[in-house]
Amino acid sequence: MSEFIVNASLMGLLAIIGVLIIQQHRLFAVIILSGAYSLSAAAWFVIADAVDVAFTEAAVGAGVSTVLALGTLSYVPREEKARSVEPLAMTISLGAGLLLLLAVLDMPHYGSDAAPIHNHVAPHYITQSGSEIGVPNIVTSVLASYRGFDTLGETAVIFTAAIAVFLILTGWTRKKN
Amino acid sequence: MHDDPVIRVVSKVLIPSIMLYALYVQFHGDYGPGGGFQAGVIFAVGFILNAIVFGVNRGRHVWPSSLNLQCIALGLLIYGGTGVASLFLDGNYLDYNVLSGDPVAGQHLGILLVELGVGLTVSSVMVALFFAFAMRGEHVRLLAHDSTEGKEKAKTKPKAKPARKPAAKGAKS
Repeated sequence: MSEFIVNASLMGLLAIIGVLIIQQHRLFAVIILSGAYSLSAAAWFVIADAVDVAFTEAAVGAGVSTVLALGTLSYVPREEKARSVEPLAMTISLGAGLLLLLAVLDMPHYGSDAAPIHNHVAPHYITQSGSEIGVPNIVTSVLASYRGFDTLGETAVIFTAAIAVFLILTGWTRKKN
Repeated sequence: MHDDPVIRVVSKVLIPSIMLYALYVQFHGDYGPGGGFQAGVIFAVGFILNAIVFGVNRGRHVWPSSLNLQCIALGLLIYGGTGVASLFLDGNYLDYNVLSGDPVAGQHLGILLVELGVGLTVSSVMVALFFAFAMRGEHVRLLAHDSTEGKEKAKTKPKAKPARKPAAKGAKS
């Protein structure tokens, strides 16, 4: 029962913050609210036993992203332009959202052991990680060893994205003119 | 914000502990939640907090951007180099078993190196991104409050000059 109350209040909090973000036109408030959203999401991930994901969400989503978004705020206007609701766009958005909700109904139940994702390579990781890798945290052994190529790709993505951002922001290309 | 003694004293206490915690997350990732990504971000937060509280120019002095850009590449190089090293030791790319005589010890070593590379790249990227954003617009704009920004900027600028020499130096350039 207590778990239900915590889950429901966290989900409610996420929904309320989401609605506030949509309604708010001051970008400063939107950034702070998205930080709060990330922090609530991190709390939810802890409840879902995804501690590593929660850690990342709290550090990256709530921490650094908020600071970087505030930095972006110095380049853009402080207020979002007020726009009227377009019926066509509204219909398409609502339809897509409805379809996604319908798709959720077909997904396996949360924590179900019959879910496909728990029956592919995950059993091997869970049973063999101790003897093959010898690292207590299975998440680390999957991330750095079993899926080392993926993590190499992720690091390369961060590298490439950062180089692109520096090229745009520091204006290296403009010096030639 | 530069002149607030509470913020300055508290952040002076916090910055070393933040960095120590980042190192803990980095090297304890094998045993608990955490790893290179999280540790890199937390480590970068130490530098970012320093730059926000004590001025962007002083923050840049602590970790110069030339060194920073090299660290970004170095992290990725450590990761890729670990894979190349395992190739030379008759293994597959990123096969840590061959890095040491004992496969499990090799895995430990490989994961440590790889996480180090990730942490180095992520922390340098975060710090460099922050400075790229903070330096192009005037840094005062990032720190000043929302609506009264224009008025405050005119007020705080001359005030900050005698108080903080490095900040005043950089504000001109």
